[in-house]
Amino acid sequence: MAARRKITLDRRKVVGQLLKDRGDLLLVTGLGAPTWDAAAVGDHPNNFYLWGGMGGAVLTGLGLALAQPKRRVLVMTGDGEMLMGVGGLATVAVQKPSNLAICIIDNQRYGETGMQETHTAHGVDLPAMAAGAGFQTALTVYTAKELSAAIPVLHSQPGPVFIDIKVTDSPQSMTLPPRDGPTLKHRFRENLLGQI
Amino acid sequence: MATKKKTDWSKDVFKVLKKADVQQIAYVPDAGHTSLIKMAIADNAIKPVSLTSEQEGVAVLAGAWLGGEAGALLMQSSGVGNVINMLGMANECRFPLLMLVTMRGEWGEFNPWQVPMGQATESVLEASGVIVHRVDEPSEIAETVEAAAKLAFEGGRMVAVLIGQRVVGFKDWTK
Repeated sequence: MAARRKITLDRRKVVGQLLKDRGDLLLVTGLGAPTWDAAAVGDHPNNFYLWGGMGGAVLTGLGLALAQPKRRVLVMTGDGEMLMGVGGLATVAVQKPSNLAICIIDNQRYGETGMQETHTAHGVDLPAMAAGAGFQTALTVYTAKELSAAIPVLHSQPGPVFIDIKVTDSPQSMTLPPRDGPTLKHRFRENLLGQI
Repeated sequence: MATKKKTDWSKDVFKVLKKADVQQIAYVPDAGHTSLIKMAIADNAIKPVSLTSEQEGVAVLAGAWLGGEAGALLMQSSGVGNVINMLGMANECRFPLLMLVTMRGEWGEFNPWQVPMGQATESVLEASGVIVHRVDEPSEIAETVEAAAKLAFEGGRMVAVLIGQRVVGFKDWTK
């Protein structure tokens, strides 16, 4: 169990800062708030949003990172989504994709279903689990200063890297990106590969 | 003899997967897939992805397709129970998905705990929108996988090839 510290970071601001200088980053978002966050700070054809498939965000990022070893792939998902697919940390750690970064926007809540507490609210330490799986870099971020230090790690440190960003559970506006699956798939592939 | 049979169809299936330009092979092991998994690991052009649960494979292969690579998911019939919700992602996005499922819980099964999922496998897949090709004749496995790969990658569909327990063989409890 990790030491508890005061949570002050605002998730929307965090995501805005994360994606501000995204370059040619490929982004996979987990269902719920991380998908709304990414859409709110700016829809992009290099974003693939999950609207379902809970537990699949990190693994989708893994398949993409293996197929595109020269491109940086960031998976941004929630603590509940990560917990549902937590075995995926072992799968990623064994593959050791140097271009994959995982970022948990951790509000310690199931935000879409009534803000019930997730296991991280009770001290479950996702970075410790990632480290246990074999991630060389697995950090928790609580402050703006720590966030500034974490952003270059997510964008360019050889992966796989895992960063859990503790954010407040204050409500945010919902910004919905396109939801049609084939549309999201086609625009992503067209932009990346020049074909659908 | 059973061992030889197993190796033979696996070699042909592997050739078919190579011809279909499969570059990622995700798997949770089954005895029936032993040879295929070994070949996948030995092939430098293929990324073998060992999974902790079969549902991971559906997402891995969705990501692979987003990145321009085709893949295949190998599992035992018990694993079909683990992939159901994740199939919704492949279904909604029309990600091609090729699954090779070796059957348990049917022909000569000795373990009663394998029977419920084995007996439910085909109908559960079909209820989830997966096209199912079942094969019980070793000489027809490779051509069935070839047809399934075409339907998956060119037809843009989820396709499962169920390889009957009669082909894979009894598990000998005495060994």
